[in-house]
Order: sequence, then structure tokens, then C-alpha cells
Amino acid sequence: MSTSTISRPIARRDFLKLSGLAGGGLVLGFYLKSAGASSAADIVKPADGTEFRPNAFIRIAPNGVVTLVSKQPEIGQGIKTSLPMIIAEELEVSWKDVVVVQGDLDPAYGSQSAGGSRSTPTNYNDFHKLGATARTMLIDAAAQTWGVPAAECAAAATAVHHAASNRTLSYGELVAKASTLPVPTSVKLKEPKDYKLLGTRITGVDNPKIVTGQALFGIDTRLPGMLYAVYEKCPVFGGKVVSANLDTIKALPGVKDAFIIEGTSNLTGLLPGVAIVADSTWAAYSARKQLKVTWDEGKFANDSWDAFSTKAAEIGKNPGATVIYKEGDVDAALAGAAKTVEAAYSYPFISHASIEPQNCTALFKDGAFELWAPSQNPGGGQGAVVGQFGIPKEKVTVHLTRSGGGFGRRLSNDYILEAAAIAQKVNGTPVKLTWSREDDLHHDHFRPGGFHFLKGGLDAAGKVVGWKNHFVTFATKAAGRGDDTVVTLRPVSALDVEQFPAKFLANYRGEQSLMECSVPTGPWRAPNNNVFSFVMQSFIDELAHAAGRDPVEFRLELLSQKISGAYDAKRMTGVVKLVAEKAGWNPKKFPRGQGQGISFHFSHSGYIAQVAEVTVSQDGQLKVDRFVCACDIGAQIVNLSGAENQVQGSIVDGIGAAVFQELTIERGRMTQNNFNDYPMIRMPDAPAKIEVHFLTTNNPTTGLGEPCIPPVAPALGNAIFAACGKRVRQFPLSRADLRWT
Amino acid sequence: MSKYTLQINGQSHTVDVTPDTPLLWVLRDHLGLVGTKFGCGIGQCGACTVHLNGVPTRGCMTQVSTVGRKQVTTIEGLSTDGSHPLQKAWCELDVAQCGYCQAGQIMTAAALLKENPKPTDQDIDDAMNGNLCRCATYLRIRAGIKYAAGITTSDNNSHITGGGATLASIQEAVK
Repeated sequence: MSTSTISRPIARRDFLKLSGLAGGGLVLGFYLKSAGASSAADIVKPADGTEFRPNAFIRIAPNGVVTLVSKQPEIGQGIKTSLPMIIAEELEVSWKDVVVVQGDLDPAYGSQSAGGSRSTPTNYNDFHKLGATARTMLIDAAAQTWGVPAAECAAAATAVHHAASNRTLSYGELVAKASTLPVPTSVKLKEPKDYKLLGTRITGVDNPKIVTGQALFGIDTRLPGMLYAVYEKCPVFGGKVVSANLDTIKALPGVKDAFIIEGTSNLTGLLPGVAIVADSTWAAYSARKQLKVTWDEGKFANDSWDAFSTKAAEIGKNPGATVIYKEGDVDAALAGAAKTVEAAYSYPFISHASIEPQNCTALFKDGAFELWAPSQNPGGGQGAVVGQFGIPKEKVTVHLTRSGGGFGRRLSNDYILEAAAIAQKVNGTPVKLTWSREDDLHHDHFRPGGFHFLKGGLDAAGKVVGWKNHFVTFATKAAGRGDDTVVTLRPVSALDVEQFPAKFLANYRGEQSLMECSVPTGPWRAPNNNVFSFVMQSFIDELAHAAGRDPVEFRLELLSQKISGAYDAKRMTGVVKLVAEKAGWNPKKFPRGQGQGISFHFSHSGYIAQVAEVTVSQDGQLKVDRFVCACDIGAQIVNLSGAENQVQGSIVDGIGAAVFQELTIERGRMTQNNFNDYPMIRMPDAPAKIEVHFLTTNNPTTGLGEPCIPPVAPALGNAIFAACGKRVRQFPLSRADLRWT
Repeated sequence: MSKYTLQINGQSHTVDVTPDTPLLWVLRDHLGLVGTKFGCGIGQCGACTVHLNGVPTRGCMTQVSTVGRKQVTTIEGLSTDGSHPLQKAWCELDVAQCGYCQAGQIMTAAALLKENPKPTDQDIDDAMNGNLCRCATYLRIRAGIKYAAGITTSDNNSHITGGGATLASIQEAVK
């Protein structure tokens, strides 16, 4: 325990930089200018000059086929369908005429990092302009061909029409003419009321390949002469290789080479380990079973979750080492309260467990890298390789593949570094590194565990008068991505000053204390929020019940008393009211053993409220019957099918994370190995009904990959309390004793 | 190393591998049939599900030496052109998110429907319990199976969501 060497938490700006999210919206002019100037974007270069290519994202062929480039990594969030839809909407093309292709990493596309639910908001406006620009040029081309004013022409269904003379030219017929026109600098966007595509259900562009098993994912990469690799790292976080029985391994069937990679001390960078390269995955995996490594396990080899829990409970008895944010005088307010409530909440480390294990195919040849990787952050991967191997950026090519899940895990690029290091040693031959599931669970960049010690006070009228949250969190040295030099402690998860109900209460204090560990951590779908919401929205419920008040009415009162900063309380009030109405909020209607719970949370620009309905049998079996979700993510749902799928998936994922997922640390390592001892939610535990309601408001359109995760666990916990009177304050909920009589 | 002649998707393939090589890796590394996926290697996730003589089987737990003359069917051979009712339902209902597990889901579901053409919700949950979907698209997988089985139709949009939200109710909220 060392709270004396606290450095600042990772600032938002640094996080953006580190996770490659900072690119933000691109300047359209940049897109347009780079249309012909791209270095690596062969994919958008006209093969023979016959296509119309107004920018790097759009190609229209004389046969009328419209090819749209998807620049963002597709990790299951549906971006490969939804961003092209925006172009297609403005371009006035029939969706059946569209072919979507995945763009590789290329500066012509701007930021290609898919994280923080930012892909939609950072590209939304520009993608409208991309489509509108091309449409304007096609209309101009038709108008000039006919010798009529452009204003008399209209585009629809991949063609331009002139109503007055009843003439039509298809886009394919306009390719040659449009290609000669200058790119306009200012174009008119469509009125939302005229949208034909946005807001409808469009099915995923890769669906036909997915259901027929065609190669799409990183792990499906196959190159001529390719070798296969595994990489064994120290099970103890921060451990190093001393020696290994390399000669024995090299003599095994199919093994081509085995070697030690020194690696770095960066917990989320290139870790030290032993590589085995073989002529098939199975040969490499089989050889690994014979591998004997002597490790230097380092100074964290005795860390254990139990010891951390005990220590956290001790720390929680005292004031926090740092005050993160305070308002008023919370101690005086609590001392003067008519009633106080105290509670301790905690949650374990968990894994992303993306179903496609981490993998990367790498070729090092003539001093240059070529990489194929299921990355959420290919630019970060390129940067990491540049930094690790001292090779210029131009010599690191990254091909984007579909990712079998991301959830934040693939914002880190450790597996790319490992594959690159192995490829450099193999030199001249492509090699595919495939992690085992055990590798993935042992060497994730985990969702951090944490401990919260809360005290809240109510006045005689049942109003909240004060709120104190002491967060005992973990901290590491050298935690920064790509940063080997950090020597002071950094919290791996930190309270933020706007975490509700901060900014809504006259007397509030958020405090923080650190426990040093060596566990690599990273963003897990709605980072921080996915656990803070559980704590805050559950404790609000505790206070509401202590006050004898209705949990919805109690929340609406809290939302009505914003004092400063924070988010738009009106938007949150809107979704709380909508979800209560749609769910038929009436906790009194349920018999004992059944209950309704509510929660809300703001994250990733999304305003989300949820109601859960559960049944808890007398012997303590939990069944989630129904979820209702109200979302305000701005003015426009891009793809209704994808949006609903994200919300429903988030809710089931959120239930799974809360109910089942748990990693425990013993002897400095994770003790769980695979899905047999790390259970994930399966179909029978998914609710039968999840109802999704989008409340559209006049606000920018924002993302939906993450914001529906945080409210799930507290809605569930609050429903459990309503059903059986048992308050759950600890994940995983499967450990809770829910029996009642 | 030993030679094995396997009957896969109606064709004969000969591979030279060690007897303990899992069918999964024979398919992926040696035959280039990458639709069958690696997820856990211990038969817990179902991403590698194939049919052996019609029986859903974990490719990662099936040593090549035990396959013999059994007919192996992979996702690539479920239909010649993606026209199996489950493949069509999966596309139409937009079941997938990342899509990685879905070949395994479809192969398990295909075996279920062959044996039980009109499964109940309980039958579906029981049959699909061995297949993980990390994106948690379970509601749409359920819905896709019922749609493929003709239990639901496209007349009302509840088939898309498995009895959850309807398009109408969403549009109402969107207004």
C-alpha cells in the first residue's frame, strides 16, 4: 500500500491520446484532397480511370455499382454497415447497388480507431457531406449533359431525373462526365424528413459471408508459406523469462524455431516470453505442452484478491488519500441527517473474453512489416510497432480484418507487437500468432476490480442531504500504453468529478485511495461507468427505500436539483419518464419473489434508463424476465436494426458481466483458465424480452456500443431487492445468497 | 504423421497430420475451411461446431484419427449457396454482431431443427446452451431459429426481436 506517491489519474486528454481516440471528426477537405493522393489506398484508386471517385470513400463504376469504403474497424458494433448508410443516404443510391469494402489503415481515412462509442459522432457530419458532395457532382453532370439548370434536377435511386422533360440518367451513365467536374466546397445536405435509409432496418453487409463461413476475421488470414506461432508469457504479472528448454522444443515435430523475446516492462506492451514457431497451429500448441520455462516472477508474485479485499476494507474505514471532488460540507450534512445509510460495494477484475482469441499475422521482409490484425485501433498498432522496432511508419502496413468482438480489448495492440517480434526473428516468412483462450484470460488488459465505501444521509422529509464515496482502487507503475518510463503510481480506474450524483447534491465528497498491483488493465465496454453505475444507482435505491419513497420519483427529484456542470438533466429525466411509462412502472403490483428495478446512467454521450423485472425463487434462483430500455442518443438512429441489436446485446452482456464474470488473483496471477471456470452468460439466462425505445431529441447523433451497459447491473440489483429484500453489493451476483422465506 | 482421408461436405480430402490433431485445425490450417472457428479449445464455447453424420460435434475435441468414414459437414457445406433456412433467417433478421460464433450457432441449430422441426423455447434454450455468443445476440438467435422453423413469420416485426420490441413501438418513441 502506498498512497504517498500518487500521481494524477490519467487525464482524459491522455486517455484520448493513448487510445487513439483523439482524431475526432475529419475535415472534409482533407478527405477530398486525399482522394487521389493516398499512398496505400489502392483499394480506392480507379483501376482504369473509368470510375467516378469524388473522394477516398466513394467509387461509382459505369455499370452502376457503388463501392463505399468502410474505414472503421468492424468489431460487431455494425459500423461497416451504418457509416456507409450515411453516405448512401446523401448520395441517393439504392442500397442494393452498394458494395461495402473494408479500407486498410491509411492516412487518407483519418482516424480509424473504434473506441469510446466515437465512430458515429466523429464521422456523422462528414459522412453526410461525403455523400452530398458526390450527389451534387452527379446532378451537375446530368444538368450539363441536358443543358438544364441543376436546380431542376433531382437524384434518387442511383440516378438523376429531370422531371420537366421526363429524362433520367443513371449514375453509371454519368461517371465520365462527373469525373471531369470540380469538387464543390459547399453542398446542401438532405432534410432529415426526406431520409429513406437512415432510421430503417438495414442488415449487416457481411451477413452472407458470416453465415456461409467465408474468411473475414483476423484469425482467418492465410498466406502462402505461412507459419504458426504461440507465445508463452509469465503467468505472474510483471514476470520475466530466465530460461527455457528451447533445444527440446526445437526438436519436436513440426517446430521450426523457438526463442525467447526479452520484451519490455510495459504491462500492456510487448511482454517477455517464449515463442514457438511451427508448421501448423496444432504443432505449435502441442510443442507448448512440453515447454518448461524458468520465470523471474518479480515482486508481485504473492498478490492475492483476498489480501487486496482485506486491505481495501481496512483502508475504507479511514478517509480517502485524495479528494477527487467535493461540494459543500458532507461531514456536517451527514452529522445533521435524520437518517444515514452506509454500504460497501465491490467488484472483481473481469476479462473482455472476445470470442475470437487475440491473433495477428505478420510478415517482416526487407526491413518492412506487413500486418493483418483484428484491431480496434490499427493506427495505435502501427504506432506501437514503430516505437518498439524503430522502423518508420511508412514501412508498417496494417490490413484491417473483421474482429470477433472488441469490447475495448483490441484498443491495445500487445498481440500485434508479439506477432511483429516473432515475424522479425523469422524474417521473410509470414507467421500467424494465435493466442489460446487461456492466454486471453491470463493476459487480458482487465476491467479493474474496485471497492466503494459509501455513506448517505436523508433529512426528515426523505431528501438526500449528503453523499460520500470512498473509492479504493488499484494502481500500477508503468501502466501507460507505450510508456515505459512512468515510475509513480497511477490509478487504473479513477473517480471522475462528474460521476452522478456529483453536481446534483449540495453536500458531496468523492475520495480515492490506491493499492499497488501489477495487473495490466484497459478499457472494458463503457470503462469505469460499467461499475460506477452499479454502485451509484444501487445506493440511490438504498436511500430511496430508507426514505420510504418510490425509486423513480426519488430519482426524478435528484435530477431536478442539478447545481452545476454535469450532463443535461432534462434529457435524463426524459428517458427515466419514458422507461417508467413503457415498462408500466408499478413496483407494488408484483407478488413477493418478483420485482421491478430502475436505473439510469449517462456515458459516452448517451442518456439511458432501464427497468428490469426479475423472479427470485424461494431457493434463491434468479431469473431475469424482462428489460425495458429508453435511449436518448440524439436526433437520428442510423440503422434501426443495428441499434436495437446493440441495445439488446448490451443488456444481455451487462447481465452476464454482473451475474457470472469473476477473475480472482492468487500468487500474482489469474486463477481462472477458460470458459469452464470463467462462466459467461448463455442463452437460457438471457431474458425472453428486451424492449428498446429510442427517444429522439434535437441533439447530435452519438454512439451506442457502450452507453447501454452501465445501467444494466443496478437495474437488475434493484429488481432483486424489490423481489426478495436482498440487497446485492458485490459482483458476481451468482455468489449472492438470494434465498427468502 | 499419418494420412487420413476425410469425407467433408461431400468431398474426399486426404491430410497428413498427427493422429491427435483436432478436426478443427485440420479444417482451418490444412484444408482452408476457416468457417469453423476456434474459441476455447476445450469444448466450452461451441464456435467449432460441425456435424459428424448429422450429429453436432465439437471440432476442437475431435481428434482426426477418430473421424474415420463419418460424413463431416461444416458451415461451408450446410448448403451450396447459403440457402439453408437458418442461413436465410440469420441474414434477414440480422442476427450477428461480430459474427464469429454464428457458424457454430447455425450448425447447432441446424441439427436441432433436423431432429425437432418445431422446437419450443425450452427446446431451443437446451439445444443452444453449449454455444457462447460473446456479443450476447441470444434473443435474435432464438428468433432466427423460430423464424427458420416457420414458428414465426415476417408479418409482424416481433420475429426480429424474439418477442421484444416491435418496430411500431420504436417508431412511436422516435416521433
